[in-house]
Amino acid sequence: MKQLSTTPAVHALHPAEKPGVLVKPGAEPVLKATNITKWFGENHVLRGASITVWPGETVCILGRSGSGKSTFLRSLNFLEDPTDGTVEIDGVIVGADPFHKEGSERQDRIREVRMRAGMVFQEFNLFPHLSVIENCVEAPIHVKGIPRKEAEAIAEKYLAKVGLLEKRDEYPSRLSGGQRQRVAIARALTMQPKVLLFDEPTSALDPTLVGEVLKVMADLAHEGRTMIVVTHEMDFAHEAADRVYYMDQGEFAEVGPPEQVIDAPKDPRTKEFLSRFRTLGAKK
Amino acid sequence: MHIDAERLAKAVAKDEARRAARWQMRFRLGWAALLSMLAAFVFLSLNVEIDFIARATPFIVEGIWITLAVSSASIVLATLLAAIGALGRLSSNAVVNALASFYVSFFRGTPLILQLLVWYLALPQVGIILDPIFCAIGALGMNYGAYMTEIFRAGIQAVPLGQREAAAALGMSGSTAFRRIIAPQAFRIIVPAIGNDFVAMLKDSALASTVALHEIVWRARNIGQKEFKTLQTFIIAAMIYWTLTIVFTAVQNRIESRLAAGDRNKAVKG
Repeated sequence: MKQLSTTPAVHALHPAEKPGVLVKPGAEPVLKATNITKWFGENHVLRGASITVWPGETVCILGRSGSGKSTFLRSLNFLEDPTDGTVEIDGVIVGADPFHKEGSERQDRIREVRMRAGMVFQEFNLFPHLSVIENCVEAPIHVKGIPRKEAEAIAEKYLAKVGLLEKRDEYPSRLSGGQRQRVAIARALTMQPKVLLFDEPTSALDPTLVGEVLKVMADLAHEGRTMIVVTHEMDFAHEAADRVYYMDQGEFAEVGPPEQVIDAPKDPRTKEFLSRFRTLGAKK
Repeated sequence: MHIDAERLAKAVAKDEARRAARWQMRFRLGWAALLSMLAAFVFLSLNVEIDFIARATPFIVEGIWITLAVSSASIVLATLLAAIGALGRLSSNAVVNALASFYVSFFRGTPLILQLLVWYLALPQVGIILDPIFCAIGALGMNYGAYMTEIFRAGIQAVPLGQREAAAALGMSGSTAFRRIIAPQAFRIIVPAIGNDFVAMLKDSALASTVALHEIVWRARNIGQKEFKTLQTFIIAAMIYWTLTIVFTAVQNRIESRLAAGDRNKAVKG
């Protein structure tokens, strides 16, 4: 068993991941994921993907469906437990430990990671039996132990930010898809996470409702939230991302600023992927 | 043209309403006809002795209280066992899971009447002598608990995976997620099933007559056999069960629509 145990790989920065001018000198990355590897049975889904995200950065992960980008994102908060690799968020380090996944000390650290990484799902996953405000304060009260009054004040601030404060006592079933996703964003923000993970947040939405969600996300990006966004929205990636990762078959084929990866891709796989968007008449 | 279209729509709506009313009328007439045929059969084939019926009915009706008491206590026991059993069936602990699965398999795999007789006739052999009412409650409760375990488990599993993931992603532990997110949603799925099982239990409690519990069937048989008039007394017993079932089905429907309306009202109120 010894020779099988995972070895913590040394985290190496991709040349394009040098901290930008807006990152304070001496700041540590908010999130470092090193050599994330995932096997589903015989299926090698992630082949050692690494990422570094500095405070205030928004990065987008692009890639065709089945490339592993969602699995990668879900590995960052251990909704998928990776087979190998290490995740460090805000100083909390959790390594893959496929032989002792359920160890209670490890599960505690995974919860620490999750409290620092807010997640927004493709299917919203609001709690249908709870009102909008209750959806937002449930975890702050019952996970972080924040007093209800305080939690509600925080939640109301973020509901106002996503433009849905007047819906605070509605139930999710009475909201449109776009409103539900904005509530889901407010719910994630009420935990006051260090980084937000978005898993194709607009893919389940009616096309007319995509804009209101992207607008909220762009606002968050511009005010300096740290965000990792798995998306097919090229315009959003181009406009809001500090850096774009193109994933192909479980590894990052190309990393760089959007002007490079989207406008002038070097890797033939990125080129091929993007050419299909251009033929559909996307801007740029 | 516009006026014509409006008149046409009104005429169509009126016709549809008339048809629906006629259907309702025929449905009720059908019920009334069948009911009177049943009554006619009873009256014609038996010589109805009013004084016997007047004597027998209060005696049999008194059994309602025992029937209701046994059914209520058993459904409470069954619900408790089902909640524990369902958690066991969903446990990642193999031994706990085996225990729950064994319970379900054994109690669903043997006849209810046999289980009841074990409580009443066989347990005394090993020195455990229980009052018939506890035999009935124990047997019905444990048997229904086994069936309801599977219903509870299915209800819990019917809560979408995304709910668990959202709870986990917010940092909730497994038990917090179950208490705060999964159980309340599963509850709404399970409640109607408990109502169904209660109505079924009302009738299965008749098996308790075999352990000399003085409930409806025992009373009907007892007073009927004495005067060789069991057909009359069994018909009285059947009418009592039928009435109870109709009443409790109506109550159950009321509760269910109240539950559903509660959701709607809450949503509208906000």
